[in-house]
Amino acid sequence: MNIGELLKLSFRSLQSNLLRSFLTMLGIMIGVATVIAMISIGQGTNNQVTSQIQSLGSNLITVTASSSGQSGAGGGSEGTLTLEDAEPISKISTVKYVAPVMQASTSFKNGANITSTSIIGTTPSYADIKSWETDIGRFFTEDEVTDKAKVVVLGASTAENLFGKAGFDAIGSIVKINNIPFRVIGVLKSKGSSGTTDLDDTAISPITTVQARFQAGGSKNSIRQILVEAKNPNTIQSTMALMEYTMRQSHKLGNGEDDFKVQSQEDVLSSAESVTKTLTLFLGGVAAISLLVGGIGIMNIMLVSVTERTREIGTRKAIGAKEGTILSQFLVESVTLAILGGIIGVLLGFGGSKLVGNMMSIKTAISMNSVLLAVGFSACIGIIFGVFPARKAAKLDPIEALRYE
Amino acid sequence: MITFDNVDKIYASGEMRVHALKGVTLHIEEREFVSIMGPSGSGKSTMMNVIGCLDKPSSGMYTLDGTVIGTATAKQLSEVRNQKIGFVFQNFNLLKRTSAIENVELPMLYAGKSKKQRRERAEYCLELVGLKDRMHHKPNELSGGQQQRVAIARALSNDPSIILADEPTGNLDSASSEEIMGIFKQLNNNGNTIVIVTHEPEIAVHTHRIIWFRDGKIESDRLNTGRVSV
Repeated sequence: MNIGELLKLSFRSLQSNLLRSFLTMLGIMIGVATVIAMISIGQGTNNQVTSQIQSLGSNLITVTASSSGQSGAGGGSEGTLTLEDAEPISKISTVKYVAPVMQASTSFKNGANITSTSIIGTTPSYADIKSWETDIGRFFTEDEVTDKAKVVVLGASTAENLFGKAGFDAIGSIVKINNIPFRVIGVLKSKGSSGTTDLDDTAISPITTVQARFQAGGSKNSIRQILVEAKNPNTIQSTMALMEYTMRQSHKLGNGEDDFKVQSQEDVLSSAESVTKTLTLFLGGVAAISLLVGGIGIMNIMLVSVTERTREIGTRKAIGAKEGTILSQFLVESVTLAILGGIIGVLLGFGGSKLVGNMMSIKTAISMNSVLLAVGFSACIGIIFGVFPARKAAKLDPIEALRYE
Repeated sequence: MITFDNVDKIYASGEMRVHALKGVTLHIEEREFVSIMGPSGSGKSTMMNVIGCLDKPSSGMYTLDGTVIGTATAKQLSEVRNQKIGFVFQNFNLLKRTSAIENVELPMLYAGKSKKQRRERAEYCLELVGLKDRMHHKPNELSGGQQQRVAIARALSNDPSIILADEPTGNLDSASSEEIMGIFKQLNNNGNTIVIVTHEPEIAVHTHRIIWFRDGKIESDRLNTGRVSV
């Protein structure tokens, strides 16, 4: 008997008991669906995080406060990182740009148009580090930072929210930020969105102004982070070491007393990746257990099926079916069950991940590898848990089997 | 065709030893039409299993169509059953949810014949038993007599050396029984060797030779002179 005839035979037998076949597949289906959904959601999230981190800029090093376990907390928190820390770092020879950054949640008002966005307080270098360019108008200057000038550069989305599509009349207009009048001096070129985050929903002002006007409570002087761009990717490591040294000097710290954290973009990336790796491993474990349970379900049903079909097996053997033929008949049946379950599981998993992806607006990634792995693994489950029942069928004594009621 | 030379069959399960066949010596020629009779426990079922190569003799020699069965492996026995023996069972043993013609094709499928060969031969065999017009019916759409006729067509499909029938009319009413025996007779006239195991004298009278078993031995072996014709 060739494989086509065996497949036909197994489909007929599975068809003859549709409900049971379906219930048997359910274990594998759920297992595979879970794996596929989780992997594609996980990978989607991973891609999103990676692209967000990469969009931060190149050769980027960040300094955040890390005393009392808080790293890079919001502008109003008790922080040890201050505006003054930026100055010595900018003197390091391998540093190209330094931009101290703080952030505050604010509401913007232009006549009847109101929008809320977080305002970023920084220095002109920020535009260079983040490769922000102005679409119209200009970025603010060092003098305006020194003067605590009430000027603001709007992101494309923020400008649109306040001034409508064109936005040209925005330049020179006065908008009220938390009821304080600011002059709009520029609108940034659109950067689009990265995952769920609209990069254009932003506004940038001199850091001194933001500190003076919007710093809520706490230490008046603390900032969120210092962004540093190294001149050369090869000098990132040495630059980081120098920065740490400089910070310890200016904070008068001994070894192991660091109240700050210096991280390169790669550090951030790899820590994000290690999180997703752990998650993937954990999901793999869950999947393995559910597939194991599914496999046991298949074995159980195949054993029942062998018992039920004892007479059929006896008849087949009497008219000349060899042990190998009977073995492959039942094996093909269990593998068919497992693979069908796997395929339905893959489809369900994709459906589920698309659904979840749409709800959470994550672009779920579908990898061919995970599909092949899931289907291949199901096939293995079918073989492993099908061999025992199939052998039992093949070894039946035809005389006993024919006599079986 | 069939030669038994001092064949013994002993079943041992635990302490129990059942001597089912005791020194059976027998010869059945080609084209013979034989019935094997005897009360239950006489050894006729064992005899049928051994002739049918479902079981091997414990000692003695059984030769079927020139093949010595005693030394054959399980795989070889499967081949012998497939090629040389056509089984007809008391309860038909057709595969459910499988059409008549596919049931008839099954032995040829195991023999590795092509689809075309199988289809042609199966149609021919069904025609022989007068069921060509029902070849696409499933067993549950056929009467008992018709099902047994499909089973006979299946037994014929690989052109076996012998047709071995175990109580072939045991589940049939008398009209269907006569019909089935008529088919066996016709097949015998066409040159087929037929061995029927039965405990019903009404069936045995149709055959040419009646072998009577008792206590694992042949009690009598005689030609049937008072044959009835259908």
